Amino acid sequence: MGWIYTALRELVGLFVDDGSLAVTALIWLAICGLVLPPLGIADAWLGLALFAGLAIILAENALRAARRKRASR
Amino acid sequence: MIDWVHAGPSVAAAFLASLVEFIEALTVVLAVGVVRGWRPALLGTAFGLAVLFLLVIVLGPALARIPLDVVQLAVGTLLLLFGLRWLRKAILRAAGIIALHDEEAAFAAETTLLRQAGGGGSEWDWVAIGAAFKIVMLEGIEVVFIVIAIGAAGGLLVPAGAGAIAALLVVVLLGIVLHRPLARIPENALKFAVGVLLCAFGAFWVGEGIGVAWPAADWSILALIAGFLAVALVSVLLCRGRARMLPAAQ
Repeated sequence: MGWIYTALRELVGLFVDDGSLAVTALIWLAICGLVLPPLGIADAWLGLALFAGLAIILAENALRAARRKRASR
Repeated sequence: MIDWVHAGPSVAAAFLASLVEFIEALTVVLAVGVVRGWRPALLGTAFGLAVLFLLVIVLGPALARIPLDVVQLAVGTLLLLFGLRWLRKAILRAAGIIALHDEEAAFAAETTLLRQAGGGGSEWDWVAIGAAFKIVMLEGIEVVFIVIAIGAAGGLLVPAGAGAIAALLVVVLLGIVLHRPLARIPENALKFAVGVLLCAFGAFWVGEGIGVAWPAADWSILALIAGFLAVALVSVLLCRGRARMLPAAQ
């Protein structure tokens, strides 16, 4: 069974390196898909919101990783 | 008829992403060949490629039966997670927060492991065949996923596949000519570019899946590429500044 666990871990590792980045991105995708459209946001603005949220999540996560790495040195 | 100008970003994304994966696979296959012999190295590679080919033959047609918006949303989400992971790591490497990937060091580590491993006395060197098979499968599955993710949602599987095959040919040719790991290729710059492309494609397909009306349709991918590139470059600068500003832990 060990090889199945290893294969699964490799597969998940393709998409998830830092768990918080993946979870936050998925939450934002869910908000863009399920919460924002009923609020009456125009479809074109939805694209901008999708990109802006992802950009902020990526930059914040990288900055947090930089701070953590520096603090652990 | 494929519009190759329209398919350009897909071909470039698949080529660059596959190039990075094939370079990593080549390093291990070369190590197997140098230490344990070329027969098991090539056999393991051939087995790996055959299994990958079977996977594509089985999974490819199955994908065509799933409704397009479901494919766009599912593939886009996976592509986005994949791209964000690559881009985050490339940002941290470019900022000097984590070490750059070194093919020479990876080659040295792999050759040491292969020299220490036993089991080379019989006709079939299963340790060597297994090592080559495993790396070709691992990196190859990533390539297959990238090609499907970039190509399937937009009906551009052929151009994306052509980009991946071109990358394979380039790496195999360089491997045959140089007979050593491709250490001079700026791997992090490639990963940075690929991360940007994957994020842009992922965001675009997720948007299509949730009903975003992208201005200028597919051309919005270029705007998304520019947007993610700008965010990544600013993040590198901010991370460098942050690393300098904060006091180190004692």
